[in-house]
Amino acid sequence: MTPTLSVRNLRVEIPTRRGVLRAIDDLSFDIAPGEVLGMVGESGAGKSITGSAIIGLLEPPGRVAGGEIRLAGERIDHLPPERMRHVRGKRIGMIFQDPLTSLNPLYRIGEQLTETILTHEQLSGRAARDKAQRLLEEVGIPAAAERLSAYPHQFSGGMRQRVVIALALAADPQLVIADEPTTALDVSVQAQIIALLKRICADRGASVMLITHDMGVIAETADRVCVLYAGRLAEIGPVRDVVKHPQHPYTRGLMAAIPSLAGDPDEKLAQIPGSMPRLGAIPPGCAFNPRCDFAFDRCRAERPDAYPAGATQAACFLHDAKNPPPPEIAGRASEVGLGVTRAPAEVPQ
Amino acid sequence: MLAFAIRRLVQAIGVMLVVALISFIMFRFVGDPVNQLVGVDTSPEDRAALREALGLNDPVLLQFGRFILRAAQLDFGISYQFKQPVAALIASRLPATLELSLVSAFFALAVGVPMGVFTGLYPRSWASRAFLAISLIGVSLPTFLIGILLIFLVSVNLGWLPSFGRGAVVDIGFGWTTGLLTTSGLQSLILPSITLGLFQMTLIMRLVRGEMLEVLRTDYIKFARARGLSRRAINFGHALKNTLVPVITITGLQVGSIIAFAIITETVFQWPGMGLMFLQAVQSVDIPIMAAYLLLIAFLFVTINFIVDLLYVAVDPRIRLGGARG
Ligand SMILES: Nc1ncnc2c1ncn2[C@@H]1O[C@H](COP(=O)(O)OP(=O)(O)OP(=O)(O)O)[C@@H](O)[C@H]1O
Ligand code: SF4
Ligand SMILES: [Mg+2]
Repeated sequence: MTPTLSVRNLRVEIPTRRGVLRAIDDLSFDIAPGEVLGMVGESGAGKSITGSAIIGLLEPPGRVAGGEIRLAGERIDHLPPERMRHVRGKRIGMIFQDPLTSLNPLYRIGEQLTETILTHEQLSGRAARDKAQRLLEEVGIPAAAERLSAYPHQFSGGMRQRVVIALALAADPQLVIADEPTTALDVSVQAQIIALLKRICADRGASVMLITHDMGVIAETADRVCVLYAGRLAEIGPVRDVVKHPQHPYTRGLMAAIPSLAGDPDEKLAQIPGSMPRLGAIPPGCAFNPRCDFAFDRCRAERPDAYPAGATQAACFLHDAKNPPPPEIAGRASEVGLGVTRAPAEVPQ
Repeated sequence: MLAFAIRRLVQAIGVMLVVALISFIMFRFVGDPVNQLVGVDTSPEDRAALREALGLNDPVLLQFGRFILRAAQLDFGISYQFKQPVAALIASRLPATLELSLVSAFFALAVGVPMGVFTGLYPRSWASRAFLAISLIGVSLPTFLIGILLIFLVSVNLGWLPSFGRGAVVDIGFGWTTGLLTTSGLQSLILPSITLGLFQMTLIMRLVRGEMLEVLRTDYIKFARARGLSRRAINFGHALKNTLVPVITITGLQVGSIIAFAIITETVFQWPGMGLMFLQAVQSVDIPIMAAYLLLIAFLFVTINFIVDLLYVAVDPRIRLGGARG
């Protein structure tokens, strides 16, 4: 089946005075119809930039410098602006982090909804208003008919994010990109909003790219997860495997750093030493090599491709079956469940 | 909303009282009103009688009260210079100044807002840079110099437009003379309006530009783009409307200063308005006219401010409806 979204070798560059920064480098991933893909990575890993690149809203001077983005098989990078505009909203919906600032304070909720609907569909004003009301009901806003004429500031944060979801889904897009949709909300409503997003997209068969820092949310919501590091793919695979049996040393450190996911409560939480490099100072070879316990010569010279690693794919030489790492490294890695020597029996169903 | 209006009204009245006090002090204590009214050969007894008749021996507070009461009835006394009621003199000059000021404000808005929008939308284009350079000149050159340059260029060298006066005017009732209905009246308006409005135009342009740049960076504009709205809807519907709140405020306040600063333009163009009359009054120490002019300008400022506050509330629902959440 044609994936809803297919990103191939995406490269995003930001020209600056001190040279061209490569914010996204050779990133490839797919999202199947109806699938929820989680995007994780430290702050600055390039999650938001990937989302902006897909929907064609990179802040200038940032630009897509290479690769392909396909939506249901059709290339959408480098579409003329006016055609890309009809992709946005109509075929890809986007939800941003802060519902308090995502809505125009001067327009009523109903006006913002009908405006969006009428931009993409040929409906009468009456029909658009009815649809707006149905959307509000669908996202669980009580007394939807009256709330249409309310202004954003008359809603609470959680309610506003519901309105934002209604707006993003107003024209029934095939793909919804949600960039940290609950980070700005009260903890008490975060789970509700995520559940709503998941349900409403599932109802419509829309695929979701869910960007978040919250591995708990990913574990509950996503089908697959994509881990970014310094603008590059670290690991991608089914969510259970990536969470329980990460195959990339970085993912492993990331998962171990999450208290709720660490199996044994007595086990000391592993913190990855050092920090992610700035875009201008990414080391040669594997971007993770200065922080990696298993780094060997090749890691400092060559960039790893994504290799099949158990049920996932990991951009790490430990998984290069054709050119395996030195035995000492491989041995140490396999002790913690990483690498080509791992027994297939360990792979969970 | 009503409470808000009443609060602002009380503030406005407070401001007016302060200005009235200043105006009264000037009226009463700068120079001697009696000296201004009588000849040199008037006897001291006659002077004392006149002083008593004018109530100048009453307690100061009583005099101030009387001053306010009279001013409220538009009685500002008799001009020393023209020996006519000040109110009538001002009324005859008011139309000229108001027409000039409103046309200037209109010019400033009609040119400043589009230029601000353009430079905000395309900050890197050469046209934007040119607009900004021109605006820098507009801000830094003094008004009288701009007026003189315009007269020199357009009136003297090219001979296209008149360089002074109001041209032919028509009385449209209530003593209101307008220059808007005759060709020569309209032609006469052009140069003074540009001169007077140029500074405000550049101000508005820079303001709109700054606001536009700011608003275009906001999340709701990003979200509007992500929903695929057309450029027009985003730029003019969503962005411009959000820049209008400060623009309305500033422009409204500027109308007050346009009227006040008309003094200079009216002098350069010999425009028969209140400003010119005020300047002549200063030269001949015609205190009643000066006091009345001061009060009138303050009144206009305060009234405009009040209206602007109400408009501001009308545009922004966050203020209109309070912070209520549902
Ligand atoms: N205009 C720009 N100029 C220079 N660098 C930029 C620019 N915009 C983004 N970057 C860099 O691109 C990288 C990726 O940014 P991005 O916003 O995608 O990170 P993120 O993964 O979404 O992080 P966060 O979790 O904090 O949202 C960051 O290192 C950031 O500093
Ligand atoms: S490629 Fe080398 S440095 Fe990079 S994660 Fe794998 S082992 Fe570590
Ligand atoms: Mg981000």
